[in-house]
Amino acid sequence: MSTPAAPLLEVRDLATEFATREGTVRAVDGVSFTLERGQILGLVGESGSGKSVTGFSILGLIDPPGRVVAGSVRFDGQELVGRTERELRSLRGRRIAMIFQDPMMTLNPVLSVETQMIETVLAHERVTRAAARARAVAALAQVGIASPEERLRQYPHQFSGGMRQRVAIAIALLHRPELIIADEPTTALDVTVQGQILAQMQALVRETGSALMWITHDLAVVAGLAQRVAVMYAGRIVEQGPVGAVLDAPWHPYTRGLLDSVPANNVRGVPLRQIAGMTPAPGQLPAGCAFRPRCPRADARCIEEPPLVAGPARSALCHHPLEAA
Amino acid sequence: MPPNSAATAAQAPAAESRFARFAAEYARSRLALAALVALVLIVLLALLAPWIAPQNPYDLATLDLLDARLPPGSHAANGMTYWLGTDGQGRDMLSAILYGLRVSLYVGLASGAIALTVGSLIGVLAAFTGGRFEQFVMRVVDVQLGFPAILVALILLAVLGKGVDKIIIALVTVQWAYYARTARSAALVERNKEYIEAARGLGLSRARIVLRHLLPNALPPLIVVGTVQVAHAIALEATLSFLGLGLPTTEPSLGLLIANGYEYLMSGKYWISVYPGVALLATILSINLVGDQLRDVLNPRLAR
Repeated sequence: MSTPAAPLLEVRDLATEFATREGTVRAVDGVSFTLERGQILGLVGESGSGKSVTGFSILGLIDPPGRVVAGSVRFDGQELVGRTERELRSLRGRRIAMIFQDPMMTLNPVLSVETQMIETVLAHERVTRAAARARAVAALAQVGIASPEERLRQYPHQFSGGMRQRVAIAIALLHRPELIIADEPTTALDVTVQGQILAQMQALVRETGSALMWITHDLAVVAGLAQRVAVMYAGRIVEQGPVGAVLDAPWHPYTRGLLDSVPANNVRGVPLRQIAGMTPAPGQLPAGCAFRPRCPRADARCIEEPPLVAGPARSALCHHPLEAA
Repeated sequence: MPPNSAATAAQAPAAESRFARFAAEYARSRLALAALVALVLIVLLALLAPWIAPQNPYDLATLDLLDARLPPGSHAANGMTYWLGTDGQGRDMLSAILYGLRVSLYVGLASGAIALTVGSLIGVLAAFTGGRFEQFVMRVVDVQLGFPAILVALILLAVLGKGVDKIIIALVTVQWAYYARTARSAALVERNKEYIEAARGLGLSRARIVLRHLLPNALPPLIVVGTVQVAHAIALEATLSFLGLGLPTTEPSLGLLIANGYEYLMSGKYWISVYPGVALLATILSINLVGDQLRDVLNPRLAR
């Protein structure tokens, strides 16, 4: 069993590679972070920064040609890397649940919500169908779906986008998982619906005591939701720490650039600031700091591997951190 | 989909409302509806043949050679009317066609069902296993589809001999590849959809994901291929029987009936060949029309 001191999730030097025609691409390169019980971590990054791959790697859902090549993922004291599919399967959906980006796509179109929820319950627990059904009704009510008894009998196409994401969240909550990995679950939704879902998630996590890993490219979402934030760039976590500290006074120039790109942080009428250049294609990363070609503070030293600048509860991967002690 | 269907779906049991919606959508095409009615009628006639046929064409004792090659509407010595005439052995053509339909439909459906099961299992398995197994299976499929079906069936029957079971084996052999190819491509498309990933994320077993989640979503194209292939199977069986390789002459299928009348066609005794031909045509045509409409209705990208 676990010692009380051990964090719920401890990821150390995780690396995931994909074999492509052009050679091996390292999508996740030495990612380390920890997540305590009941905590909310925001994992932020641009498309292709490896944030989703990190989430999939934790659950062992990386399919060939991809594979986890190094590092460790300890969940409640148990190592997950190198476990068999069977062992991982007993964790998935039960102790670690996942919510996906597109609610239009994550529910099976030909099965009723009832069927999909009941089979999720029965996949991990030996209970009667009636008991499983009762659990499903309760879960739907929990995520704010009106008349859950009737909605349960319906098919995914009879739900709106926001409602479908609620159903997906209800399915994730069925086993009261200790960890929920949410991969951009509100990106495809309207802003108002997004707000509702965020508020609901926050309340649900507080209620159930689940830890939440929220993968997103939206800093505003992280600012309102998470306690800790980790910023990914080109497969690495370039900065992490408490949300308030990191967003108020970022250490890494990339985090600064991301914050400056948020339209609300700019002066009206002045052209929006943006990060110069493009995200490098995976497989063609520059040596040393991958952000080097786009970084205003870069100099000759940045061609070497950046050092880890660590402070209390936060860290950054940079030769020239801003405002660092 | 009518706007209030969500509300009606909530009231009625799901299965019933789904069927009602499906039926309404199917019935939008008059031609398809007519084809369905015709098909149901044909199947009923075939099923009820022993009770409605005026004569048992398999019972050689009831046949009278003196009644051979009588034109439609003639009367038998015992007072029975041969509505569609008689063939070279004095068989009542109407009875022979009804029994022949039975054989043709049975052979077509049985071989279709077996080929569908075998082919789609192999195809889905290939898509999910990948690697060498997939390569091997798909190359076998390519080779199989490269040969004309009739040629493969002829060779097989020449080796196996005659009989209903033999012809079903031959038909399954030439047809499984169509299902395998369709099932594989459908499975490849579905496999990368997020709901499959989500199902894995929920910790469902692999078998459950394939059978319960993937297969139903891959089914619409298989059903369409299935209806077309059943029609093909019936036509192929008729061709083989016509060539004298299919079924024993004591239990004539439609193809054999056509073949039997072929030699009399030039002497004006058209009915021996033409009526079984019409029955065969009606059967194949109605199956194809129903299949086309099923494809349109079952396609989730249209309508819904």
